[in-house]
Amino acid sequence: MDFLEWARSPWGQNVPIHIAWFLIWVAVIAGFLFFIVHATYLRYFAKSKEFASSGSPLIAARIPEKVPRHSLAARLFHWIMAAAMFTLLFTAFLPKVGVPFDWITYHWIAGAVLTASILFHIIHASFFMDFWSIWPDRIDVRDAGRRILRFMGKPAPPPDKFAKYPLENKLYHGAIVAAGLSAIVTGVFMMFRVRTIFFPRNPYLFGDMTWGMMYVLHGLAGVGLIALIMVHVYFGLRPEKRAITKSMIFGWMSRDFYLKEHDPRRWPVETPTASPTSRGAEPEGIRDAG
Amino acid sequence: MAVIRDVMPAFELLQPSSIVDAQKLLQQQGRDAWVLAGGMDSFDWLKDRIKKPKVVVDLSGIAELKGIRATSDGIEIGAMTTLTEVVQHPVIKEKFKVLAESAELVASPQIRNQGTLGGNVSQDARCWYYRAGWPCYRADGNICYADTPEGRNREHAILHAERCVAVNPSDTAPALIALDAKFVIRTSKGERVIDAEDYFVGPDIDITSLHVLKPGELLTAIRIPSAWAGAQFYFEKVRDRNVWDFPLLNVASAMVVSNGTIERIRIAVNGAAARPLRLKAVEDAVRGKAANAATGTMAGKLAVEGAVPLQFNAYKIPLMRNLVKRAIGGVEEATWTS
Repeated sequence: MDFLEWARSPWGQNVPIHIAWFLIWVAVIAGFLFFIVHATYLRYFAKSKEFASSGSPLIAARIPEKVPRHSLAARLFHWIMAAAMFTLLFTAFLPKVGVPFDWITYHWIAGAVLTASILFHIIHASFFMDFWSIWPDRIDVRDAGRRILRFMGKPAPPPDKFAKYPLENKLYHGAIVAAGLSAIVTGVFMMFRVRTIFFPRNPYLFGDMTWGMMYVLHGLAGVGLIALIMVHVYFGLRPEKRAITKSMIFGWMSRDFYLKEHDPRRWPVETPTASPTSRGAEPEGIRDAG
Repeated sequence: MAVIRDVMPAFELLQPSSIVDAQKLLQQQGRDAWVLAGGMDSFDWLKDRIKKPKVVVDLSGIAELKGIRATSDGIEIGAMTTLTEVVQHPVIKEKFKVLAESAELVASPQIRNQGTLGGNVSQDARCWYYRAGWPCYRADGNICYADTPEGRNREHAILHAERCVAVNPSDTAPALIALDAKFVIRTSKGERVIDAEDYFVGPDIDITSLHVLKPGELLTAIRIPSAWAGAQFYFEKVRDRNVWDFPLLNVASAMVVSNGTIERIRIAVNGAAARPLRLKAVEDAVRGKAANAATGTMAGKLAVEGAVPLQFNAYKIPLMRNLVKRAIGGVEEATWTS
């Protein structure tokens, strides 16, 4: 079974031309298997979450009823990116699984929208949001070790509550960054092979092998995104994650959910009467709603 | 690459004797099967060892696929009917002359004796990069070698190019579109009948095929309704060698003209795109107008709107404009303009 399709170039060189399309179904099946295994685990085997204490009742008393989580700009970015991503996946893979249509124009337009939205997100996250909130920190790593030990029935102190994003969320973001940027960078170069409004067509920009690897990477990123997006939608629909999903629509989550899952010392929120304080101090303020 | 010519790779030869059996075999073999009609396109592929099918399904033993029959509304031509039979059939010559004329201009007498109508409309593109076995889009690769600054694209598309710029080489296809023919396709679910223009597909929809047939499907017949019988027909083919060549461009039209006014018209061109193009905008524009050179000039200009020439095929734009002009205004009235 070959994972790549190969061809012989006019110069007699064996070059990869794209991934084998059965990998589409591998990604889809992997996504569904994840649903089944995860849902079964949560339904029958998972214990309720246990966290270390996260501060005094005084802190909790100062948390507002609606805890701001995602700014309007962040939410708009998310949904524009989602629309572009779904368009890209459907236009890329439906023709490959037997639903032919005129896909390429919609595909590169959606790719251009995704690229623009990602550029916006990078600037927005770097300069107007708490950039490090989405990247794993030392407490995440320490708590991951504790959670694994407790899962295996070995003694370990309970982990802290989460910062703004749980470790799983941060790791997922990392995977999306890798797959998304791979697809975008290769996709931008692949636009040189078709007629678009952006630059003159130049199919000889790279050699056959480089082009081939680019198509392979684009395809691998694409099928990877199928599974990643399936998992993302699955978590978005799970009952225990619904508060997070709603926050991506309305911008806030409830005080109860915040106090149940999040550590005000790690993710301080703004209170009506207080000004922002430094990270990790008593939660008198917030710097980020991204 | 064409490594060994004239020595075909080994394949299993299946020779069904009925349409039902042929369809079942094609269904069983799926993508491994190669449909062999007259062989005029197939043997090039096989002898050049560009295509190496595991199974070849030879349709030549199926009597049901051969012959021209009268129906309650016109005629039905079996897909395996030879082009010579089409050219010589008295009803076609009398009522659907545009088809006879187009078939008579296909290749050479020897090829017309062997080549079939079904094969002619289902043949593959003649782009030499593709035929040479290069890994282009049409061969499931990721490049068009013809659509490059150095690419030899004199014969290629000026309209509706989408990554691949190969054109459909059929001469009978535009005539059948002009006659509003129906293509009968046998599938695992039964019989499907589609309009002639819907039989062909461009690279925007399917970049690896020129027609809509899927594995397991078989073109069995072409029905020509009587609606256009005896109309005023026009067919013209322009090619490099007049004795024997594929079209650079061709045009076919069927018009019903009353008192010098075009009442009804169907017109199609081929060689301009990856599928034969029915010129609906032209039909709408000239309907109700005088069938003369002025109308033809207007139609010709309209026909080439949106055309994008490649490096070496800009000549196709005035060529197509003039062919459409002559199809509507007539050869004697219309004058050639460059």
